[in-house]
Amino acid sequence: MNSSLRLRAGLVSIALLAAFLGIWHLATRSTAPVTTMSPEYAKLMGLTATQGKSAMPGPLDVGAKLWDHLKRPFYDNGPNDKGLGIQLAYSIARVGTGYLLAVLVAIPLGFLIGMSPLLSKALDPFIQVLKPISPLAWMPLALYTIKDSSVSAIFVIFICSIWPMLLNTVFGVASVRKEWINVARTLEVGTIRRAFTVILPAAAPTILTGMRISIGIAWLVIVAAEMLVGGTGIGYFVWNEWNNLSITNVIIAILLIGIVGMLLDQILARFTRMVTFPE
Amino acid sequence: MSTFDNPFDPDRNLRAGCVCGQHRSAAEHEQATALRCEPTESEEKRYEGVVASAVMRAMFPQDVARRAFLKSVGASTALAALSQFFPLKTATEVFAQTGAPEKKDLKVGFIPITCATPIIMAAPMGFYAKHGLNVEVVKTAGWAVIRDKTINKEYDAAHMLAPMPIAISLGLGANAIPFAVPAIENINGQGIVLAAKHKDKRDPKDWKGLKFAIPFDYSMHNYLLRYYLAEHGIDPDTDVQLRSVPPPEMVANLRADNIDGFLAPDNICQRAIYDGVGFMHLLSKEIWDGHPCCSFAASREFITTAPNSFAALTRAIVDATAYASKAENRKQIAEAIAPANYINAPVTVLEQVLTGTYADGLGGVKTDAKRVDFDPFPWQSFAVWMLTQMKRWGQIKGDVDYKAVAEQVYLATDTKKLMTEMGLSPPADSYKSFAVMGKTFDPAKPEDYVASFKIRKQS
Repeated sequence: MNSSLRLRAGLVSIALLAAFLGIWHLATRSTAPVTTMSPEYAKLMGLTATQGKSAMPGPLDVGAKLWDHLKRPFYDNGPNDKGLGIQLAYSIARVGTGYLLAVLVAIPLGFLIGMSPLLSKALDPFIQVLKPISPLAWMPLALYTIKDSSVSAIFVIFICSIWPMLLNTVFGVASVRKEWINVARTLEVGTIRRAFTVILPAAAPTILTGMRISIGIAWLVIVAAEMLVGGTGIGYFVWNEWNNLSITNVIIAILLIGIVGMLLDQILARFTRMVTFPE
Repeated sequence: MSTFDNPFDPDRNLRAGCVCGQHRSAAEHEQATALRCEPTESEEKRYEGVVASAVMRAMFPQDVARRAFLKSVGASTALAALSQFFPLKTATEVFAQTGAPEKKDLKVGFIPITCATPIIMAAPMGFYAKHGLNVEVVKTAGWAVIRDKTINKEYDAAHMLAPMPIAISLGLGANAIPFAVPAIENINGQGIVLAAKHKDKRDPKDWKGLKFAIPFDYSMHNYLLRYYLAEHGIDPDTDVQLRSVPPPEMVANLRADNIDGFLAPDNICQRAIYDGVGFMHLLSKEIWDGHPCCSFAASREFITTAPNSFAALTRAIVDATAYASKAENRKQIAEAIAPANYINAPVTVLEQVLTGTYADGLGGVKTDAKRVDFDPFPWQSFAVWMLTQMKRWGQIKGDVDYKAVAEQVYLATDTKKLMTEMGLSPPADSYKSFAVMGKTFDPAKPEDYVASFKIRKQS
């Protein structure tokens, strides 16, 4: 029963993909030449203008180009042209650094705030104001004060991924069941031991959920940040190909961004499952 | 022609001649100021000429005597005689040697447009290496980013729009940080492109209500488009909408019908035509033939802390610009700068821009060899003109010391010295008068010029 459901779902997925590709292919077929041009003029013009080729590439164009990129993911033609593998590695390294810094700050801080109702109330207005700020709005400020574009990009990742983790940690710590803490108190468990053996395991699922939300946001933001800062990374690749009006490469980048984002999310989801406990 | 031509030419006057004193006749002076990047056979030859000329001058202080001597013995005999008792070769070598650069590994930022041709091609074609530098040219996303990265010292020098270093030095749109321009990149090479649907709206008087894109507020594009519109009775502040749009987004916006046209740097203009979304209404050279567009800029701080590196960089840029100014090199340059590492555009598009034989988007093929040209000399009168336009459109409020700013930012004197050392013939003046749409600009009277415009921002 279960396996047949999975099979049927898989078949529907494949059918949907095939239908999507088919429609895409039909929609982007080239039409007949629109006007007649002198051959010497046509030689100077692009295919869109001469053969009525759609400005949107078809799935075959994208597939061929994707194969090209996959064949040599790590080429390096100088500072402004590197393979997709290298670009993705730069982006992942940036996200990783900014995200880990955020973890190091958000979780201990969230713990402290969560354990003290006074601090939690006092800091709440600040967190509420800072949380909804678009991370990219920090960019000019970061560039101006940090004076280094790659550190600025990491800072932007840091600042955008800190809030969900902080809030979830505070919430998780604050809502540990009173009975458990009271039991620990009765047994005369010290504060530090109580934090690590009672509160941390109890709050872990909520904290991990915060971390999972954060990594998603961080990956969303890195593309935009790299488009602004330039130099390296998958966001820069998108910008560089947009510059060349190469929609084919932009589509490939979109596909890869989606896949990497999914993988990052799956890793955190696995961690979450590991710490979840039945009540 | 100048001090750098054959000093053994008996007909040549080493001292007098024209207004500036560098040329044999007024006609030659004209030609020299029109075309500064004279083809020279090789660097060594050039330096040899400079040295030999100096020696000849020292030996025969009287021009008449020198000419008589050369006429009687012949140039080759004179050269042979001279080199017997004067080590011309050694002197040339000593002369050609310049201080070692303080910093060899440099980063130079650029925006991927054909204006940056000399900066970009100097890397793949080895002009930086020739002057003892290891330069990494880094593509940058936009003008504001290139400004911030240069101010932050991530870049040692950068490709900037010609008015940007002036704006930065004055603190317009950024903190005031003294910047300097040792070389202009390109002259001409921009265009007004309109969406294909405006094919029949060629008279600017009908353009009320249209939306135009320009690359940046402090750009020649902004000033030229405003000038052009105002000359046709359209007030750019009230009758049309001008938007600052990064060049790469312009074609996409034109296709999406968000804008009606743009005055943009090239390969963007040609790209819009190549993709069949627009047509060339006017080349910017038809507004002002010989206008500057982009510049090579560095902060004063870099210039003072690493003067030799800066000089070597400037030499490399001047060298590359001279190479790019020659029509026969343009095809090769188009191929060198087209890959993804540099401009990242189809070679056909770059070739049309650089060679000047292009499709106009209306079904015709046009030829204009001077569609884009390259000329490094940073005329201070260019800076004064830009300041007058900043004043005219309210970017600068209050009084401006036009001359002082121009001389501080546009390093005409230093570049002149450097070009002289390289054996090129720079113009003698740092100011020249020119005409924009038929109206003459006198750099000595900037205030009168600003006041002479009917359409301008009322302050």
